Amino acid sequence: MKVKSPLEVYKFLPQTNCGECGFDTCMSFAAHIIDRSVKPENCPPLIKDAEKDPKIKKKLDQLIELTSPEVAEVVVGKGDMAIKIGGEDVIHRHEMTYFNPTAFFYDVWDTMSDKELEERCSKVIEFKKFYVGKFLTLDGFAVRCTSNDPETYRSVVKKVAGYGKPMILVSLNPDCMRAALEEVSEEKPLIYAATESNWRDFLKLALEFKVPVTLRAKDLDLLKSLAVTFKNAGVEEIVLDPVTEPLGEGLKGTYERVINLRRTAIQGEDKDIAFPIMVTPIAAWLMEGDEVEKGYWETVLGSLFVVKYADVMIFRSLEPYSLLPLVTLRFNIYTDPRTPVQVEPGLRPIADPDEDSPVFITTNFALTYYTVESDLTSANIKSWLLVLNTEGLGVEVSVAGGQFTAGKVKELMEETKIEGKVKHKILVIPGLAARLQGAIEDETGWTVKVGPMDSGRIKGWLETNWPPK
Amino acid sequence: MGKMTIDQFFELLKKYDIEVLEGVTIEGDLEIEVEEGAAADQSTLAYLYTVVQEVQNFLYFANMAMGHLANVSNLLGMPMPFGVQAPQVPQVPQVPQPPAAVEEVAVPEIKLPEELIKAKFEPFKVEYPGKIQEVVLGATKKDGGTRGDVVVLGGEKSLPFYLFDTPQPNLPAVAIDVFDRKPALAKAVREHYEDVLEDPADWAKKAVKKFGADLITLHLISTDPLLEDTPANEAVKVLEDVLQAVKVPIIIGGSGNKEKDPEVLERAAEVAEGERIMLASATLDMDWERIAKAAKDHGHVVLSWTQMDINNQKTLNRYLLKRAQVRPEDIVMDPTTAALGYGLDYAFTNMERIRISGLRGDSDLAFPMSSGTTNAWGAREAWMKDSPIENDSDWGPRELRGPIWEIVTGLTLSLAGVDLFMMMHPGAVAVLKEIMGTLGGKISGSVADPGDWIFMEG
Ligand code: SF4
Repeated sequence: MKVKSPLEVYKFLPQTNCGECGFDTCMSFAAHIIDRSVKPENCPPLIKDAEKDPKIKKKLDQLIELTSPEVAEVVVGKGDMAIKIGGEDVIHRHEMTYFNPTAFFYDVWDTMSDKELEERCSKVIEFKKFYVGKFLTLDGFAVRCTSNDPETYRSVVKKVAGYGKPMILVSLNPDCMRAALEEVSEEKPLIYAATESNWRDFLKLALEFKVPVTLRAKDLDLLKSLAVTFKNAGVEEIVLDPVTEPLGEGLKGTYERVINLRRTAIQGEDKDIAFPIMVTPIAAWLMEGDEVEKGYWETVLGSLFVVKYADVMIFRSLEPYSLLPLVTLRFNIYTDPRTPVQVEPGLRPIADPDEDSPVFITTNFALTYYTVESDLTSANIKSWLLVLNTEGLGVEVSVAGGQFTAGKVKELMEETKIEGKVKHKILVIPGLAARLQGAIEDETGWTVKVGPMDSGRIKGWLETNWPPK
Repeated sequence: MGKMTIDQFFELLKKYDIEVLEGVTIEGDLEIEVEEGAAADQSTLAYLYTVVQEVQNFLYFANMAMGHLANVSNLLGMPMPFGVQAPQVPQVPQVPQPPAAVEEVAVPEIKLPEELIKAKFEPFKVEYPGKIQEVVLGATKKDGGTRGDVVVLGGEKSLPFYLFDTPQPNLPAVAIDVFDRKPALAKAVREHYEDVLEDPADWAKKAVKKFGADLITLHLISTDPLLEDTPANEAVKVLEDVLQAVKVPIIIGGSGNKEKDPEVLERAAEVAEGERIMLASATLDMDWERIAKAAKDHGHVVLSWTQMDINNQKTLNRYLLKRAQVRPEDIVMDPTTAALGYGLDYAFTNMERIRISGLRGDSDLAFPMSSGTTNAWGAREAWMKDSPIENDSDWGPRELRGPIWEIVTGLTLSLAGVDLFMMMHPGAVAVLKEIMGTLGGKISGSVADPGDWIFMEG
C-alpha cells in the first residue's frame, strides 16, 4: 500500500472516535488499516457519508486506492469456500508479512472415468494435516479439458462443481470454456488461459461471464500486453502465468520471470503487471521418470515457488510425500512473522505417562514447544509437559522479560492439577531457566531440578537423573 | 535538561521490540532533547513510552516513530517534548494523490479490441553495494595440504540464484555427515550407511564416491562426557583416518559440550595442520576465543554458530573479527537450521535478513552461511511410521517422506542464502544438488512443450 503511517490514513477518517468500527478511536482504526487487519469500508459512518456526499465519496475512493495492496487481490470461488490470491505488499516476509497463502489446486480431467474422478475429488476434499492447532487442507480443483469436446467438458465441470470447492477451468479452446462457464460461471471459477492466439475469445468470455482470467505467455512483453489489453477492456480480476518450465534452462528462466514480475510489481510499482502469479508444478509430469521421481520434482517446484512469489498453483500428485511438505511449507512461509506463533498453554501427556513419570515445563512459544514436544515424543519419553503462557516468547527471553516467573508456574500447576497426576513432587525446568530454581521451589513447595540447556539432551539427562534417588 | 541521543532512542525502540529499522538513515549527530518543564517530566515520558509501545506494531521506521510522538504529545495538549524538528501536527506528510476514480458505465454490448495494446516489460533492477566474503575450504598440495580440490563458498552480490542480477561465482556445496560412533539415525537414512557405520573412514569414502559429497563433516560425538568421553587426543585419530581416506575438504565437529569442544577442536586443528579444515563451531557460550585461536594458528576456518538471532550472530562475528583477530576470509556462519514445520520460518527469515544485511554492506554479516540440514530428520513427519494424530489423512510410507523433508528444508534455506548444506540422505543430496545446479545455470535440459500438461491424458 502507498501509505505507511496511520496519520496518513487518519486524515481521511471522520475523526469522531464514535467506536462503531469496534475500535475506540479513529487513530486506532487507522493503525489497523496499516497492518491490514481492517479496510476503509469497515468504518460505517464513512460509508454512509460517502453515499450522501460526493466529496466524501471521492475521499473514500482515494483512501481505498492508497491503502489497497501493491499486488491486486483476486477472488476465486464463492461464499465461504472463496479463496483470495495475490494481495501482497512486500518482497520479503520480514518487511511485514505475506498475506494470502499460495492456493493449491489439484488437477482432474474430463476423460477420466466417473470412478476415477470421484476418487480423486474425494482425496482432495478429504485431505487434512494437523499442524499448530489446526488442520491444513487443499484449496480446489483444476478441471482440464482433455476431450476437446464442449459437452463432455460441461458435464464434468458440473460434476466437480458439486464438491463446492473453488475451481480453475483449464482449456485453451473457447468453445469448451464457454460450455463450462454457461454451467458454472456463478461459482466464479478462474479460467485458464488466454494466450496470444485465443485472447480475443477469452477476453469476451471474461467480460461476459464476469470471471477472473489467467493470461499465459512466456514472453513478458507479451504477457504485459495481454494484461494491459484486458485491463483496458474492463477486466479487473487477472492472474498472470509466465509459463512454468520444469527443468534445465527453462526452469532457470521461469525462476527469473516469476521474480522479475513480482519485484517489478512491488518495487518497480508497475501496476500493469501487479497481479497474482500462477505457477504450474504439474509440468513436472512432462519429464521422463517414474511416478515418485515426477512427484518429487513437482514438490520441489512447488516448494521453490511457495517461497518465491507464486499465488496460485496447479498440482498433480496427491501422494502424502508431496502434500505434507507443501502444506507445511506454505503455512510456515505465510505465517505472520510479526506475531510469534503460540500454542495453547496447559498440560500435555507425552507417550502415555503415569504417576512415576517426570514433569517438564516449557513455554508456549510454538517453536520452543514443538521442539521440546518432538524431542520427548521421538525419544519416547513418558512424561508430563507443562506449557506455560509466556505470551509466545522463548525460554531465555521470557525468563529475562518476566513472562516466565515462579508465580505463573505455580498458577499453571494448580490449573492443570498436576499434583494429582504424579506421586512425586519434582519439576524439571529448562536449563535456560536455571535461575528460577529457588524461586519456584519456594513458591510451589516442589523440588525443582534443572534440566539440560537443549531438550535434545533430555534423554541422556534422564539416564543419570531419573528415577530420582 | 535530560538529553537523549538518537542511539538511546533506538535502544528504547528496540526495547519495545521495534526492531525493523532497516533502511533508516540518520544524518548528522541528531540529539533528542527532553526539555525541562511542567509537561515533560518523567511521568509524561513514561506515558509516552507506553504509547510508543502500544503503537509499536506499525512503527516501522524511526521517522514515523517521531511523527507519532509528536502527534501523541499534541493530542495530550503538551508541548513537543523532543527538541527535534517535529512534523507539524495535525499536518501530515503528503501522500501521492491518486487520480480521480474513473466513472464506470455499464456497457450493454461488449466491444472487443482488434489488436493487443503493445506494452514493454521493464524489469525492476536491484543492486546491492555489498558482497559476501569468499571462503576457501580445503587446501591442495600447492597450498600445503593434501586435498584433491578445494571448495569455495560465498562471493554473492545478489540474492541466491538471481543470475539475472549478477553472476553467482560459487554455487552452494553439500557436505555429508559422518560420526565417530554409531548415532541414532532414522531408518531411511541408516539403511544407506548400514555397512559403514562402524568405520568413519569407509563412511566418508562412501559418502564421497557413491553419494557425491563435496565435503565431509566429521562429528566427534564420542568425546561427549555423557557418552564415551573419548579423550581429545584419541578422538582426533579418526580425523587423520578420514583425511587419508578421502580427498575432499573436511569439516570437524565436536560433541556440542561447551567445556570439552574447545579442546577437541584444538587437537583437531593441530593434526589437520595445512588442510584448511573448518572447526565447527565457535559459539557465544563456549570459549570461542580458544577455538578462534586454534583456527588462526593452524590456518583453518571457524564456523560461527548462533541460535537463530541476527544480533547474536553479529556479536559473535564481531568478537571473532575484532577480539580474536580472525580474518574475514576464515569465517563461515551457522545461524541455525530448524526443520520444515518446526521453526523453518524463523530459520528462513533469520538467514534471509542476515544475507540481505550482508549484501547491503554490513561487513559483520557478509559471510557464507552453513545449514545443518540433517536437522530435518528431527521432524516427526520425516521418520514416524504413521501420524500420531487421529484425524490426519494417511501419511504414506515414511521412506518417501523423510528425504523430501530434508530436500524441502534445504531448498527453502538455499533461497535464504545458504552456501553449505550438511546433509545425510543420499537421495536428498542428489535432488537438492539438481535443483541448485539448475537454478545456478549448470544443468541443462528441457521438455518438448511446457504447455503439454494442459492436454495430457492421465
Ligand atoms: S467507525 Fe469510523 S469514525 Fe467511528 S471510530 Fe471507527 S474509524 Fe472512527
